[in-house]
Amino acid sequence: MTALLFENIDEEGLNTLEVYERRGGYRSLPKALAMTRDEVLDTLVESGLRGRGGAGFSMGKKASFLPKTDMEKYLVCNADESEPGAFKDRELMQKNPHQLIEGIMIGAYAAGANRAFIFIRGEYDFQADILEAAVAEAYEAGYAGERILDSEHTITLVVHRGAGAYICGEETALLDGLEGKRGSPRLKPPFPANQGLYQGPTLINNVETLCNVPHIIRLGVEGFTKHGVEGSRGTKVVSVSGNVQRPGNYEVELGTPSRNIIYGLAGGPPEGREVKFWFPGGSSAPILTGDDLDLPYDFDSMAKAGSMLGSGSIIVIDDSNAVLDVALKVAKFYRHESCGKCTPCREGTNWTVKMLERIERGEATPMDLEIMAGVQERIIGNCLCVLGDSMAMPIGSMIKKFRDEFEAHIERARAEADGGPVPEPSALVGVAGAEPGPYPSTADAED
Amino acid sequence: MTRDVVRFEHGSRVPGWDDAVDLTKDPAQIPDPATTPVPPELRAQIEEYMSRYPDRRSAALPALRAAQNHHTYCSPEAVDQVACVMRVTPAYLAALTTFYDMLETEPKGTHAVYVCTNISCSLNGAEELYEAFQEAIGEDPDINLRTFECLGACDIAPMASVDGTYIGPLAPGDAVTVRDDIKADRPVLDAKQLRHRKVVPQGDPS
Repeated sequence: MTALLFENIDEEGLNTLEVYERRGGYRSLPKALAMTRDEVLDTLVESGLRGRGGAGFSMGKKASFLPKTDMEKYLVCNADESEPGAFKDRELMQKNPHQLIEGIMIGAYAAGANRAFIFIRGEYDFQADILEAAVAEAYEAGYAGERILDSEHTITLVVHRGAGAYICGEETALLDGLEGKRGSPRLKPPFPANQGLYQGPTLINNVETLCNVPHIIRLGVEGFTKHGVEGSRGTKVVSVSGNVQRPGNYEVELGTPSRNIIYGLAGGPPEGREVKFWFPGGSSAPILTGDDLDLPYDFDSMAKAGSMLGSGSIIVIDDSNAVLDVALKVAKFYRHESCGKCTPCREGTNWTVKMLERIERGEATPMDLEIMAGVQERIIGNCLCVLGDSMAMPIGSMIKKFRDEFEAHIERARAEADGGPVPEPSALVGVAGAEPGPYPSTADAED
Repeated sequence: MTRDVVRFEHGSRVPGWDDAVDLTKDPAQIPDPATTPVPPELRAQIEEYMSRYPDRRSAALPALRAAQNHHTYCSPEAVDQVACVMRVTPAYLAALTTFYDMLETEPKGTHAVYVCTNISCSLNGAEELYEAFQEAIGEDPDINLRTFECLGACDIAPMASVDGTYIGPLAPGDAVTVRDDIKADRPVLDAKQLRHRKVVPQGDPS
């Protein structure tokens, strides 16, 4: 069992500068400053570190996309962790804020940025207070601010609190939120690396990604690539929740079999229950079933199985739950959080909820499943950001993998509802003998 | 065939879309400092926020949250005060208060109780928990009880956030204790606060 990010994580006072330094902290920053920018960038690229926020893009490559001019550049740390099932960044910021600050400083140096921001979600007040205290300590000790560690580099760091919007986790919406606007995703290109915060080149990284940076500098490429497997280097903090006996954050080597995480570490579902299905990467990842438990937990294996590692948040659902309930929960969440900028997402999430509710009420026919699956297909890839896709992918995969259960529910609920006040198909206007379609019933409207 | 569609005032089919609008009035300009008194401590706080960023508008979210703490919600008066200090129009800020979940546009209780009802929490009984909270708190005007999307603490599911303090895992019976602690101004359910929680023992996954 290796612990990089979680080393000494529960030590009392690790959130203070004194204990962090005593445990070997802030040694990577001077080491990085003694290297040239390109050397640091090369080290990050060769380490194979992939973004831990969801997309899994090479962190070093992303940093190298920033133009090498001397215009004002920015580094933004994405701490707007709002994905259902994800709570790893919360733990990392609360327990070891200086590890993140050191990573930000090295990342900003490599990217040539002299202003850095941490965008933390507004609900994480406690963690934001800890971060602000840690940033103040880092300024005091000369690790941040003007001429850090007596070098000629100036890197300022500001903790910015959001105000409750899932969409601000999307990188361009996050930039809008940081600029003091509604969080609405921007059209890409231009990518933030060219035109991001205040129209300047901007590097955006997740908390966990940046927390890895000091360890890469400390261990070197060779030391770091000992962890993990080809294509997925390093360790991963996995948040396991849902129907498991020991929910929590676990740091594992990438490539660990999923069964060992869900059963070995998190204790599996409660006594007498089986894993029905699970989200391998937060609620936006297509679901996997009990048959997929032996897959290695890494970026490429999850992609091959038709899902994704995402933010590394496993939600386990046991066989006592109906897939419809979970689908409805997911769809309602994305309907609530859709910013409304793109039509397929705004309308698609809304109609998906309405159709799922029809199924629940017993007003649906199997045809509705087809329409719902069609709606999901039409959302994917048609919006500025992936929020709509984040609903469409799991819902689509649920319909595909649990179609029998959906159909059985439709039949049962219809039979149950038949005695109740259900609008008769003949009450529908326009089409003779039509089955209720995906439209609101007009039975109550005046003709 | 034609049908009469129910319409609301101004010919709108959507109720409430123009609630904030008086169609006969000119749009509000940046408030005049001479006629918009701002509490000095709020002004100092907003100015401090503005000094942190290259663009003053970046301070909008922290400033609105500060004003909300001061006025209990983002009232038209609070928005005017922020707009006056930040030199932006009230409409610019109203666009934010209606977008972000933590900014309230209606009068609400000063204590916020957010009960997470997302996937992991509802798998562990968040619905029953919310009902217990509803029963315990009822129509109390001091407490703003609401369901909330994932608060990022699925390890302590089902959980709630009381004035920013995370507590969990909660049983329905805890709702009454939480209410009493809020009322008595005590730390809420201290034993179940997130800050005490250790990282789960990291076993060997093989």
